[in-house]
Amino acid sequence: MSGVRHALVAMRAIVIREALRFVHQRERFVAALVRPLVWLLVFAAGFRAALGLSISPPYQTYITYETYIVPGLCGMILLFNGMQSSLSLVYDREMGSMRLLLTAPLSRAWLLFSKLLGSTIISILQVYAFLLVAWLFDITLPGWGYVAALPALVLAGLMLGALGLALSSFIKQLENFAGVMNFVIFPMFFLSSALYPLWKMAESSELLHDICAANPFTHAVELIRFALYVEVNPMALLWTLLATVAFMALAVWGYDPARGMMTRKG
Amino acid sequence: MKLPILTTLTAALLSSTALADEIWVTNEKDDTISVIDIETLEVVRTIETGERPRGITFSKDFSVVYICASDSDSVQVMDPDTGEILHDLPSGEDPEQFVLAPDNRHLYIANEDDAITTVVDTVTRTVVAQIDVGIEPEGMAVSPDGKIAITTSETTNMAHWIDTETQQLFANTLVDSRPRHAEFVKDGTELWVSSEIGGTITVFDVATQTEKAKIEFEVANIHPDRVQPVGFEFTAGDTHAFVALGPSNHVAVVNSDSYEVEDYILVGRRVWHMDFNADRTQLFTTNGVSGDVTVVDVASRKAIKSIKVGRFPWGAAFRPTE
Repeated sequence: MSGVRHALVAMRAIVIREALRFVHQRERFVAALVRPLVWLLVFAAGFRAALGLSISPPYQTYITYETYIVPGLCGMILLFNGMQSSLSLVYDREMGSMRLLLTAPLSRAWLLFSKLLGSTIISILQVYAFLLVAWLFDITLPGWGYVAALPALVLAGLMLGALGLALSSFIKQLENFAGVMNFVIFPMFFLSSALYPLWKMAESSELLHDICAANPFTHAVELIRFALYVEVNPMALLWTLLATVAFMALAVWGYDPARGMMTRKG
Repeated sequence: MKLPILTTLTAALLSSTALADEIWVTNEKDDTISVIDIETLEVVRTIETGERPRGITFSKDFSVVYICASDSDSVQVMDPDTGEILHDLPSGEDPEQFVLAPDNRHLYIANEDDAITTVVDTVTRTVVAQIDVGIEPEGMAVSPDGKIAITTSETTNMAHWIDTETQQLFANTLVDSRPRHAEFVKDGTELWVSSEIGGTITVFDVATQTEKAKIEFEVANIHPDRVQPVGFEFTAGDTHAFVALGPSNHVAVVNSDSYEVEDYILVGRRVWHMDFNADRTQLFTTNGVSGDVTVVDVASRKAIKSIKVGRFPWGAAFRPTE
């Protein structure tokens, strides 16, 4: 019993540390909010008339492009935050606080999961802040959609956070993070259904469509999209779940001092 | 003992299959009518018609439906229950739009190719009068007291005012380019005429036949040339007009007192005509190019669903079934 309490205390401490770190970095919050808002209010405005040629689920009628990209931009927040928390892990490792954390007398998987949960909670707060601003700009969703989206956001946040964790175990130095941006974030975001529906991708290239369809980020976005309209997309749910488990396993393996990448870094 | 259960079951079944109100939509390219169930928002019936059905209207008691079969050069009279064509009315050539007078007997038909308005007695099935109007007549309206009929001519750019007693023109008023649709509102004190190319609606004072206001439209990010007002309908109490803006793919909501545009709603491609449900809480727009009908919730002014119908849906008419 005390073991469970101990584990929960540790989780609480890690989550609070994440929260404190976030609160102390107000510019990070602003940046996290500005990025999707620029896409929504500047990029999407120019493409207003680009869509509306075909109605695909979960939409029942024609929608503006702004409405279409909202779920993708929620995913973008989760993706960037997932990567950002991986960046902070690399920083922690360089500063030595990582060693302190990982030597705690608790399962490594638990510690990593706590870290993941903390960053996911922070990400979701940002997603809701973004949805609020979108709402103020009259880009509205069904009322219950805001509630129904929460579990989808949690799962998608955990998946992308786990990916960040896994990646951070492979990154030796802070400077290498630019590589993550170029080779992970951008391809994941652009090769997904965040900006264009998959049928639109198929019109230009079948290969592009297939890549997008295999991208776990696509499924995270679709999971959020359907949830925002109070619907479940079973395929997207399955893919996101599988990807979460896979990325988490990779992260645990990566941080295992006996087998993972940590051994090579010393 | 089983009889009451059976009766209850039958009653339940009957009530569940009880016909809901319908929206009838003419499909210009398919030569059909799609019947939409208002409860389920699904097409429940497709009925064959003459060639190129466009204008559609029900008799006041909803016992028959009149259809402008433009390329068949006839107005068809259909039994809405069976979908059977009962007979054709003499309509003149290429009938496009028409309006049933409040007497439930006389149809005023615009004959696009002949530059005339034909008045047909639906009981005797004879042409009562043919009135020369401007070139390419289209929009038709009759005042609520039945004394004035209006024809708008697309090329002459005029609203022609017809005295229904004498069947003679008594006034012609200029409107903007390509007038398409006309409606009397506010107990017949105002006449609204939409101009497709002009991109406006002109509001006339009926007593003096003078222009009272002009409504202009501007949809964000859409080129003004694509903003082409065509069909329009009024909400309960004539407080607001919903105006189809053609290839801009939007419907405008106009305050009919201030003549200000309050909202634009995204619907399907090339929206042309529309009709409401019984209590005017839902609007059904025909979207020609996308081949569907968009359902708009009038209170929230949001499109809630688009329903696939035939190719190039044109006219829409409401039919109560209860």
